[in-house]
Amino acid sequence: MTRSDAACGTANGSGPWMLEIENIHKRFGPLTVLRGIDMRVAKGEVVVIVGPSGGGKSTFLRTLNHLEKPDEGRVKVDGQLIGCEERNGRLVALPDSRVAVQRRQFGMVFQQFNLFAHMTALENITAAPIKVLKVPREEAVAEARRLLALVGLPDKEKAYPEQLSGGQQQRIAIARALALKPKVMLFDEPTSALDPEMVSDVLKVMLDLSEGGMTMVVVTHEIGFARMAADRAVLIDGGVIVEEGPPDAFFANPQHERTRKFLSKVLDHRAT
Amino acid sequence: MWDWGAFFHYLHNTYLLTGAGVTLALSLASLAIGLCCGTLAALMRMSRNPLLSKPAAFYIWLMRGTPVLVQLIIIYTGLPQLGIRLNVIESSLIGLGLNEGAYLAEIIRAGILAVPRGQFEAARSVGMTHAMTMRIIVLPQAMRIIIPPLGNTFNSLLKTTSLASVISMEELLRRTEVLIQVQFKVLEIFIVAALYYLVMTTIWGFIQERLEAHFSRSHAAPKDEAGAEAALQPNARIEKVLLSHDAQ
Ligand SMILES: Nc1ncnc2c1ncn2[C@@H]1O[C@H](COP(=O)(O)OP(=O)(O)OP(=O)(O)O)[C@@H](O)[C@H]1O
Ligand SMILES: [Mg+2]
Repeated sequence: MTRSDAACGTANGSGPWMLEIENIHKRFGPLTVLRGIDMRVAKGEVVVIVGPSGGGKSTFLRTLNHLEKPDEGRVKVDGQLIGCEERNGRLVALPDSRVAVQRRQFGMVFQQFNLFAHMTALENITAAPIKVLKVPREEAVAEARRLLALVGLPDKEKAYPEQLSGGQQQRIAIARALALKPKVMLFDEPTSALDPEMVSDVLKVMLDLSEGGMTMVVVTHEIGFARMAADRAVLIDGGVIVEEGPPDAFFANPQHERTRKFLSKVLDHRAT
Repeated sequence: MWDWGAFFHYLHNTYLLTGAGVTLALSLASLAIGLCCGTLAALMRMSRNPLLSKPAAFYIWLMRGTPVLVQLIIIYTGLPQLGIRLNVIESSLIGLGLNEGAYLAEIIRAGILAVPRGQFEAARSVGMTHAMTMRIIVLPQAMRIIIPPLGNTFNSLLKTTSLASVISMEELLRRTEVLIQVQFKVLEIFIVAALYYLVMTTIWGFIQERLEAHFSRSHAAPKDEAGAEAALQPNARIEKVLLSHDAQ
């Protein structure tokens, strides 16, 4: 049995959860970044993750859609195992091409937007539907225009990323992720690279999404957004979940010393 | 004495013109072979698997570390000793193509490395496989970095093909020399040959300019936001990488 097979563990039945994450471990060489993370997210639930730099938040998000292959543990979306498949009662790791197909169930939004630099806003949104899903061009373009309107940028379809502000780029990036009709949206500090005046445009789009019933896992230090949109707040540090709870209690009255320390730092930073 | 009559006569000599045609065809074919070998070698060289990266590194090292002239002579005159007999055209194409491939491999690799990591990740995140990511997202962006040095190596290649005259490939230089042996108008005929090379490299210069403009169209467009200025900085850095690569 190879190591990647071992990472699949054993198959179990699925519950009512959109996302079931069990015992995720991730190492980079000698450095252990994730030390066993479990999480279940219901359909339509919004989970906000906070935590100090280097704590493993980004790595955790990236193991969910298998941009990073977890060394141990497993991820299920809507009951389907990601990265592995049961064959003759045994779990085997899937090849790159199959994992790529499964990955479409997640939309991902990055801190640095990562729009395709050689494509216009419209092409950024239609590229994957046309090339990956083989959607007819006219259909993909119509859907992309609908998404551009949704994120408030109907007049930017011909603009290249370099011609757009950070906030505009991030909203196009959200539209690009939505174009694949994902079941879960992952956000990795979507507003951290933005000028303050653009943050609210992006948060508004995310708020609309959550109200529309999208299941979301959001790494962010926007406490205001967390309180308004999140069903649950989670602190990840040292590769484990230190504390989790309903946002109001979590931010107003944290139970753990590490959470308290972290929150006071973030709030201090915001105040100055 | 300089003979204007002879000069104008040889300016439209079919024998020489055909030689120029062969030079052009040989250059284009070598470029095509070089692009295939070069892309493959670049991708292998960047692989984490040493069974792929080591042979690619060896190929690049070998080709760039020895003169093309020596490579051509070994292929044409030396290999028959091992029972491998290649005709003049095969030897020229293999020699020039493999050599070009090694230089292009390094250019293509530099181009791919200049594409920010985030572009790979974004492509993977929307469900593209590794091969699609390379083809649809990375290589088109790498082209912007690759085209200027690629154009320069093609310019060199147009001239380097003249080395194939040594193994009696009937290209422009070889035909020039043959003609001189019967006509004795050394300077006139050589100047005509030089002009042919000049015309080919100059036309290529124009084509290269158009290609460069085409592949940087997403960057040449006017800005409509002051905020976009900041986004320019990474590209300035890429340009620097490119310049320093070019200088090597
Ligand atoms: N590809 C990689 N190779 C080696 N180490 C890595 C890699 N990716 C992340 N790490 C390391 O893993 C640790 C956790 O990184 P991660 O990016 O997940 O933290 P984070 O919680 O997102 O931090 P931040 O708030 O700064 O974004 C860090 O020490 C980082 O250096
Ligand atoms: Mg991070």
